Amino acid sequence: MSNATDIAAEAPAPRRRFSLHVLGPVLALIALIALGASLNSNFLGYGNVTNVLARSSFIGIIAVGMTFVITAGGIDLSVGSMAAFVAGVMIMSMNALVPVLGIGVALVLAGMGVALIAGLAAGLLNGVLIAKVRIEAFIVTLGAMGIYRSLVTWLADGGTLSLNFEARGFYRPVYYDGILGVTWPIIVFALVAILGELAMRHTPFGRHCAALGANEQVARYSAVKVDRLRMATYVVLGLLVGLATIMYVPRLGSASGSTGVLWELEAIAAVIIGGTVLKGGYGRVWGTVVGVLILSLIDNILNLASIVSPYLNGAIQGVIVILAVVLQREGKSTD
Amino acid sequence: MKRRDIFKGAAVAVALAASGPAMAQDESYTIGVAIPSATHGFMGGLNYHAQAAIERLEATYPQLDFVLATAGDAGKMVNDIEDMVATRDIDALVVLPFESEPLTSPVQAVKDAGIWVTVVDRGLSVPGIEDLYVAGDNTGFGRVAGEYFAETLKEGDNIVVLRGIPTTLDNERVDAFSAAIEGSGINVLDMQHGNWNRDDAFNVMQDFLSKYDDIDAVWAADDDMAIGVLEAIAQAGRDDEMWVVGGAGMKEIIKRIMDGDPQLPVNVTYPPAQIATAIELTALGLVSATPVSGRFIIGSQRVTPDNAAQFYFPDSPF
Repeated sequence: MSNATDIAAEAPAPRRRFSLHVLGPVLALIALIALGASLNSNFLGYGNVTNVLARSSFIGIIAVGMTFVITAGGIDLSVGSMAAFVAGVMIMSMNALVPVLGIGVALVLAGMGVALIAGLAAGLLNGVLIAKVRIEAFIVTLGAMGIYRSLVTWLADGGTLSLNFEARGFYRPVYYDGILGVTWPIIVFALVAILGELAMRHTPFGRHCAALGANEQVARYSAVKVDRLRMATYVVLGLLVGLATIMYVPRLGSASGSTGVLWELEAIAAVIIGGTVLKGGYGRVWGTVVGVLILSLIDNILNLASIVSPYLNGAIQGVIVILAVVLQREGKSTD
Repeated sequence: MKRRDIFKGAAVAVALAASGPAMAQDESYTIGVAIPSATHGFMGGLNYHAQAAIERLEATYPQLDFVLATAGDAGKMVNDIEDMVATRDIDALVVLPFESEPLTSPVQAVKDAGIWVTVVDRGLSVPGIEDLYVAGDNTGFGRVAGEYFAETLKEGDNIVVLRGIPTTLDNERVDAFSAAIEGSGINVLDMQHGNWNRDDAFNVMQDFLSKYDDIDAVWAADDDMAIGVLEAIAQAGRDDEMWVVGGAGMKEIIKRIMDGDPQLPVNVTYPPAQIATAIELTALGLVSATPVSGRFIIGSQRVTPDNAAQFYFPDSPF
């Protein structure tokens, strides 16, 4: 298929009408919620809804950034390992700063700063290698995935890095508390999603990402600073990995080699379920949010219902993920 | 170097027995150690104890050389073992097979080359290859935990169980646990896989807590999972309602048992230091006439506040 027909097929379609392929993921989400509610009366209870949304927030925050990377025609396989590494660095720096800053707001802010800077630096490194040195994104981030995973295992000496006990007690409310019963991870996830949606729809950044993903040559001739833009998508993603880590660390107060395993695939899956095109050119942030919720709800429902052997959880998850995307395909073929 | 040389060494050792274990020997030996890399807490502890044992033995026996290789998957482990045989000319191999099936024939080949083979923890799929088998007691691990539940809980009490990664090892533990609580009237509400992972265990326990209003105890079956479970219970504010039994003896958990934490009454050991047992025995077999072939099963013990101190290793990463 030539690039010209790609653009013709994809760009105008979502504006014209709300076809099944826009509503596909939403329908899947509604079906899952109905299923969950019918299987267990606690499913729609405050506790369970809060649990599911809060645990979705890490992958959700990362997946919003991933939406931009994929829309611009890139991919990032390193985010799961990067989150583990950033968490490790954050925990070690906070432990080291306890004698200097004491237990308090300053320590937590310093830790957050370290996480954001580490995430930003890691994203920038990916971005430079991909946009400036021009190595395939798949290879750069695959390499980075192994590097960060090893580094965190090495930092933890093969064990687990644990945050200082008092510091953790002070930091803990960042995951468990919130405003008016809505916990902080949910608030942050919602803000990131709204800002992401606005950036994708209403700013030059979002439109340029789509243009770059659809056709790099055309984007370049249209005066889009292609290299800088591509780099920016990875930097934003790195920063969001840092933000997700800030929400993750207070939950268990620890990081190890098994932190964030397969987060990258869940984030990418959520993006694609949400209707973003894997080869780039079209992205939908709200779809990504729906995708993340679908993935978390499947696990949650399987735990709550115990209808089938737990050995089959992965298979059921796979079937639902494929079905959610099939719904979109059918919509597309009628276009 | 071939296995008969081991016996030659042993014969020399017998002849010189009077001069003690630190006798100067012309013959030097190389022992290859192949273990999985430190991807989670238990393996981190295992790596730590392997390195510690090697350092200790190199200092004690100058005639011993060690090659330590850690592998992230079964394929790499096979390559490591082949390299050890081809380039380092090892006299003995201590291996913790990453997976039983793929490692069986490469280890068989090592054995056929006349090299002493010690297998640790996970058995090979064909019996009788190894000269020495050192392992923790998975059946005992489940049984000891189950016995505590059966002794402590009353008829009609409710428990939930977190399982590990679906493997035969996990099945053995859970089957032994189920057998031990059979007939006690304890009601197992649910079993789900937490994959020996803190985050997964946290999520599963959150869902258990949403689903069941009355839980009296949790068998988390692993200390990493116990950490996630405890956090989920704390979030739900149901700390006073249930206690948790983990397993494997992570230092943080052992510390809390020592301090008499009511939420963590006991623990069951499955020591990562078993690798040290295996390396020490293998070395002993090389440098002395001490017979070390056979099976060495390290019992799973119940850790209580009274005896916790002897299981506490503050320097280990696990």
